[in-house]
Amino acid sequence: MEAMIPLFVAIPLISAFLIVLLSKLINGFHKIFAPFSLLALLFMAVYIFTNLDNTSMTYAMGGWGLLNDLPIGIFLVLDGFSILMLGIINIIGFIALFYSLSYISKYTAESNYYALFCLIIAGMNGVVLSGDLFNLFVFLEVSVISSYALVAFGVGKTELEASFKYQVLGGLASMLILLAIGLIYWKTKTLNIADVRNVMSGGFSRPYYIFVQVLLLTGFGLKAAIIPFHAWLPDAHSSAPSPISAMLSGVLIKAVGIYVLIRLFFNMFEFTHEIAVVFTVLGTISMVIGSLVALVQWDVKRLLAYSSISQMGYIVMAFGMGMILLIKGDNEPAAILAIGGGIYHMINHSVFKGLLFLNAGALEYRLDTRDLKQMGGLSKAMPVTSSTSLMASMSISGLPPFNGFFSKLIIIIAAVNGKFYILAVLAIVISIITLAYFLKFQHYAFYNRTPLKSLDKIREVPFPMTSSMILLAILCLALSLLALPSVNEAVLHPAIQVLMQSDLYSITLIP
Amino acid sequence: MEGMSIIVKKVSQLLAGLIFVYGIYIILHGHLTPGGGFAGGAIIAGAFILLILANGSSALNLKKEISGSSNTESLAILMVVVLAMMSLAFGVKVFFSNFLPKGEPGELLSAGVIPLYNIFIGIEVAGAILTIFLALVIFKEESSK
Repeated sequence: MEAMIPLFVAIPLISAFLIVLLSKLINGFHKIFAPFSLLALLFMAVYIFTNLDNTSMTYAMGGWGLLNDLPIGIFLVLDGFSILMLGIINIIGFIALFYSLSYISKYTAESNYYALFCLIIAGMNGVVLSGDLFNLFVFLEVSVISSYALVAFGVGKTELEASFKYQVLGGLASMLILLAIGLIYWKTKTLNIADVRNVMSGGFSRPYYIFVQVLLLTGFGLKAAIIPFHAWLPDAHSSAPSPISAMLSGVLIKAVGIYVLIRLFFNMFEFTHEIAVVFTVLGTISMVIGSLVALVQWDVKRLLAYSSISQMGYIVMAFGMGMILLIKGDNEPAAILAIGGGIYHMINHSVFKGLLFLNAGALEYRLDTRDLKQMGGLSKAMPVTSSTSLMASMSISGLPPFNGFFSKLIIIIAAVNGKFYILAVLAIVISIITLAYFLKFQHYAFYNRTPLKSLDKIREVPFPMTSSMILLAILCLALSLLALPSVNEAVLHPAIQVLMQSDLYSITLIP
Repeated sequence: MEGMSIIVKKVSQLLAGLIFVYGIYIILHGHLTPGGGFAGGAIIAGAFILLILANGSSALNLKKEISGSSNTESLAILMVVVLAMMSLAFGVKVFFSNFLPKGEPGELLSAGVIPLYNIFIGIEVAGAILTIFLALVIFKEESSK
């Protein structure tokens, strides 16, 4: 089973280059090959997930294993947390690609789209699996550079402007991350995440340590679009083609942003109280400001993009609370709840935000506009889009029995148990504001009196689009099963364990 | 794009071959001396770019050239991944492992698969840089029309 780990990077890479080569010779090759290779990845992720028995797996690239208990090669590490991320990436990736089959046919140079899509998946899988800092940086660049190209895929004025903004801020973030990795390498003489932790636990000058942490927090904060580093996100996520918006908002900002932040600050650095407070404060600010700005948006995809910032805030806040509770050390159950709630909300957010962007794409596909004021009364004309987006909206605003309700409930319970009463009240208030702007979206898009003259000419979108929306809507309901204690124990517990016992990661790799 | 004067053309024709051979030398000795696939590939691309700059692009069918260089690039990088995958099938069956015989250290034919990686990475880098250059030339010609 360990031999499957490098295939998560190799299969999408091979399919990307094959698509570029063969789609010129064989007509429609990319439309058949890309979904199948992503489906294979999805099956592999599910297979490993069902067979992973609470332990982590490591894979030494090229057979360069440990020498005198020191890592000399590149390691791929797969544990309870990374397999959850792999699952999310490949499920949302496959569904978004299936959706693109009809959506992207209105653009030219389709085969390039599929090749870049496979590259994004390869990069994200690599980031999640890599156990080596520099390797992580390379995979991060693979995924974000292909996302720059995909954001600009429409080659209109707004798309190019958004992509340029994204490139400038993304380049700045990459530079900060590279500087931090260089500084770490200078002091510790190693790039392996587990080894860095072992070396640093033997003593490290404190100002240097904090400087590196701040650089990494800024760099990956830019990738994760936490306020105040969010300026690129609303433009980039609203101008990209809709399946790509679903990938960016649903998966990319988590895989290259939040996941790496959590992995590095839980498993590489020792916890410090300052960083934990910074996490909590940044998370709370993103949660509040993101939702307040989303309230006044009239562009559907901009509204969803700001809502992404707000929901990312929930996740970062939950992890920050978990860190503070772990440092205090007197209230472990609340810390478990906070971290578990953060991971759970991360999974849920990728599903319902992916679905909402696909819905927005369906509206754009039929109406050629993203302005809510020019929509209305579409619930009869587009029943599948309307009903699935209603489910996703209820999910994200935290109404039972959908998944969003349970994850937000767990975060709020954790906040109350950990005596963060103000954060608990804020989380509830922001949840109500979320409900408000999604009611606005529902009302103006599907139920209002219509300003459209030819409403009876608008039909439901084609089969690949409807079926992928229905699939994600079913997942929205099914994921609420994770709130059951037994399912929770089986699925989320390995991930929580890796993060709670923060040296477990380095112990399993270097005994 | 117009060509330059006859002196530049003649000198660049004389130099381009030398530069090309030097690039191949850097690639082939990648496992012995400093340099390797990336450096050598950049030098090879430099030879092509020198010729195009000196002689002008009007004699070329740019669309055909760019599709050729981009195909070469994809094929080369595909071969790199295939070589890495072949390690899963032969030898110790580990991704990216060196499954060929290692040979005598310091000889040209040694170090197992590393020279092969160097060769394909050299082709890939040369193709990629040439593709970027041709794309810029095409952009300039289309915007000046």
